[in-house]
Amino acid sequence: MTENLIDVDESMPTNMVEEYLRMDRMPHIWCPGCGIGTTVNCFANALDQSKLDLQKVAIVSGIGCTGRVAGYVNLDSFHTTHGRAIPFATGLKLANPELKVVVYSGDGDLTAIGGNHFIHAARRNVDMTVILINNFIYGMTGGQVAPTTPVYATASTTPHGNFENPFNLPYLAASCGAVYVARWTAYHVRHVTKAIKEALLKKGFSFVEILAPCPTLYSRRNKLGDGLDQMIYYKENSEVKNDVDTKTVGLDFQGKIIVGKFVDKDQQTYLDIMNDYYSVKFGDKYTPYKG
Amino acid sequence: MREVRLMKGNEAAAEAAIRAGCDAYFGYPITPQSEIIEYLSDQGRKRGMIVMQVESEVAAINMIYGAAGAGARTMSSSSSPGVSLMQEGLSYIAAAELPCLLININRGGPGLGTIQPSQGDYFQSVKGGGHGDYHLIVFAPASVQEMADYVYLGFDLADKYRNPVLLLADGALGQMMEKVIFPEYDPKQHKIPKPWATTGKPAARPPNVVTSLHLQSEEMEKINFRLQKKYRKIEKNEVRYELISTDDAEYLLIAYGLTARICQRVVEIARQQGLKVGLMRPISLYPFPYEILNKLADQVLGILDVEMNAGQMVEDVRLGVNGKIPVNFYGRMGGIIPTPEEILQTLQKMMKTVDVKEKV
Ligand SMILES: Cc1ncc(C[n+]2csc(CCOP(=O)(O)OP(=O)(O)O)c2C)c(N)n1
Ligand code: SF4
Ligand SMILES: [Mg+2]
Repeated sequence: MTENLIDVDESMPTNMVEEYLRMDRMPHIWCPGCGIGTTVNCFANALDQSKLDLQKVAIVSGIGCTGRVAGYVNLDSFHTTHGRAIPFATGLKLANPELKVVVYSGDGDLTAIGGNHFIHAARRNVDMTVILINNFIYGMTGGQVAPTTPVYATASTTPHGNFENPFNLPYLAASCGAVYVARWTAYHVRHVTKAIKEALLKKGFSFVEILAPCPTLYSRRNKLGDGLDQMIYYKENSEVKNDVDTKTVGLDFQGKIIVGKFVDKDQQTYLDIMNDYYSVKFGDKYTPYKG
Repeated sequence: MREVRLMKGNEAAAEAAIRAGCDAYFGYPITPQSEIIEYLSDQGRKRGMIVMQVESEVAAINMIYGAAGAGARTMSSSSSPGVSLMQEGLSYIAAAELPCLLININRGGPGLGTIQPSQGDYFQSVKGGGHGDYHLIVFAPASVQEMADYVYLGFDLADKYRNPVLLLADGALGQMMEKVIFPEYDPKQHKIPKPWATTGKPAARPPNVVTSLHLQSEEMEKINFRLQKKYRKIEKNEVRYELISTDDAEYLLIAYGLTARICQRVVEIARQQGLKVGLMRPISLYPFPYEILNKLADQVLGILDVEMNAGQMVEDVRLGVNGKIPVNFYGRMGGIIPTPEEILQTLQKMMKTVDVKEKV
């Protein structure tokens, strides 16, 4: 007997991840070899493992190739203004503190035009998880230099190489007050999943940087091959150093990549601090904010 | 040196900026104008310019504010969402009376909208955009050649009037390739002295102060009067427009930029059909060519204003016509470019209603 091997229930998802995605919007726009999709897979797995109530999770993106993530995830989602995902998420979180708010966006979006918001949300310890896809470039607009582009790398606006010092993002986040800071690459799918899960379950400003290949506009232009070649670079040059001083994790062009969980601490969030502060100040006369 | 090239509108504007002696460009990538910063990142940097991709449009406009204050020829370019971010800076620059050039390669909005061409930023460009009583000088090129020509003129007039100049084009003009002639232009002959610039105070002169803050109302009003006087002068001297087949026209099309190119085709087709149609193309959107329009309103029976928006310039057209004849509007939005056929159809429909009115 062939049994009922082919008698599968059509309504059952064939891949656990599909449940977390808007399959009606597939195929996605990302190029072959792009690392963003890999990270979305990790995100879906992390959501699954976190056991969070999906009705209480919202995802916010800025603008960019990474910014498209919000549109593909099967959650209430927001595609906001370029650079303003974090202030948008802050408004969302403060208006409805019950929500777990995730910001998922690109290196340019979050640290160039959105850099000011990034440091202030970290400083205030607003309760949100920021997942930043660092592909060293502005993907969506055609490969311009980013604040993360390594020195010497070429981009469409640095045709003769970049000479500006890039950000060390874990250092930036940690020094501004982020309570959870990790960096992994698209090669480290299990670590990425675990880091996102931990970040989701953390109260306060949690930050996960994920290096991901952009073959179309970064690696090919820099003669570094395709997505797979970048994955091999990540594999061969990453060194896990948990808890290391973030000062030491800056990135050089095709140099060593320090990955790991750098910060994991407990600190009151913005709303908790506010409510405590006014409770002390006004005692019984204070009505704590609950959203 | 005079040179003929085949280029995209964005590249032509960038090349013209280098030839016009632009000292410093500050910008941020956005489609459909990134070719400007990309061209300058290569050519401009090699040819002695500061070309910076900065962290946002807010940073760019304020760097321009600084560079202009120091007396430099300075510029930026962006597209609609980025230009919205620059409005605060523009108000300050206009208030401080500093010269600079800005190019807006208009795309479809509102919001993030689309990267396709649009003329939805007319109001923002000519009616202020930022806060307070100020004007930018606004030119609307309609060809790759004009994308270059108005860069030279833009820098010169910015210096002359100590006022920001805006070139308002759209995604199609930025992206399309045409022949362009770069004239002989020696920046040294055009860069006028800027005794007001903050170049470092010599012992003999009082400090030059760049500011737009005047807390005393009487003082503030005086400055406003001075600005308004300057705007009246600009309105008198800098009106620019093109008339096509208007001498015997009975019906008039009005359009600027890309839409004017399309309307030029409409005029050709209409003329082949024996319809006396002409086109008036405002080149300066501020100052707007009200006067010629008012004269034309005495001659033609009806006007059709065509734009790639919901009807913005048409308000200025109606001001110019001042109720003398009917002014109709035809527009497409969201990045859709109207075809000559649909404009002609609208025109023919309009002719019927206008004719009827005439007979009544
Ligand atoms: C105000 C404004 N300026 C510029 C842009 C154009 N823009 C869209 S995405 C982007 C950069 C994206 O880079 P990144 O955040 O690194 O995302 P990636 O595409 O690399 O994932 C830019 C400059 C815009 N949409 N709005
Ligand atoms: S351009 Fe780069 S970042 Fe964008 S989808 Fe393609 S590979 Fe990914
Ligand atoms: Mg990027």
